Amino acid sequence: MDGNLNLIGLGLSAIGPGVAIGLIFAALISGIARQPEAANVLFGRAILGFVLAEALFIITLAIAFVL
Amino acid sequence: MSVTAAEEFIAPGPGLFELPPIVWEITKPMVLLTLSAVIVIGVMHLASRQAAVVPGRLQFAGEQAYDFVRNSIARDNIGADHYMKFVPYLFGLFMFIIINNYYGIVPLLQFPTFSRIGYIIPMALVSWLVFIGAGMWRHGALGYFKHATVPSGVPPWILVLLVPLEFLSNIVVRPFTLTLRLFGNMFAGHLLLALFATGGAYLLTSGNVLYAATGVLAFVMGVLVGFLEIIVMFLQAYVFTLLSAMYIGEAIAEDH
Repeated sequence: MDGNLNLIGLGLSAIGPGVAIGLIFAALISGIARQPEAANVLFGRAILGFVLAEALFIITLAIAFVL
Repeated sequence: MSVTAAEEFIAPGPGLFELPPIVWEITKPMVLLTLSAVIVIGVMHLASRQAAVVPGRLQFAGEQAYDFVRNSIARDNIGADHYMKFVPYLFGLFMFIIINNYYGIVPLLQFPTFSRIGYIIPMALVSWLVFIGAGMWRHGALGYFKHATVPSGVPPWILVLLVPLEFLSNIVVRPFTLTLRLFGNMFAGHLLLALFATGGAYLLTSGNVLYAATGVLAFVMGVLVGFLEIIVMFLQAYVFTLLSAMYIGEAIAEDH
């Protein structure tokens, strides 16, 4: 077991997108609960938000291995 | 992979993706990529060969996939006027990425091609060229750059700040994020599966009963992560195609 500060930063960087993705899907669930017929439109938008939030962590992951 | 208890556990790292050439300069991902093209073309040819009014099983599956890309990705994001021009590209992209991702969980292949970043960069560049080309076809070259970088309805003094930012976010950064998102997901997923598998094997063969029980838990977690990967692999193919479609739709949208 060895590592460096990169991995601590990687763990810290997972917090933000984690919270963001939780909020996005909370909003999606309450939206579908209010208006079930809009589920398809909402799902596409939610996936888009999920992906944009996730990109932050993924970029950090790539950089943590590169540097 | 036989690990004796005396050995120290070496966790799999980025070196896991450095595969030796099979013959000459040809590596496993190259073979898989070529195979994926053959699979996509072959399966789609078989599915569309009959073109019966009452579809068989394969034709039905092909039509389902095509309908999904055509309606819920292309039409909803590009708009009903021009979406058919881009459906062939988007459908090919979707099938290509999804086949290459699912290599990661097929026994014996077990290597997602797109965990090597070099295979994604050309694909992202093609998507980039397609949406910029679509915008130029719609608005003309200068018209497209104005459309993409100058937001309407803001005072002129703030444009000095906004135009470079819009240029950066709409034109420069997009291929990078497309590439890194797919690469990072495939890379991390494959690494995670390898970590659970090797770690579980190491714990099982360590000779300590409690460690062995933990090793069984590690294998169970590996299986669960495998199911998660099934979702992620589909999602990444969907998202890559969706974002390509959204960029095209934004590029050919009318000015407000």
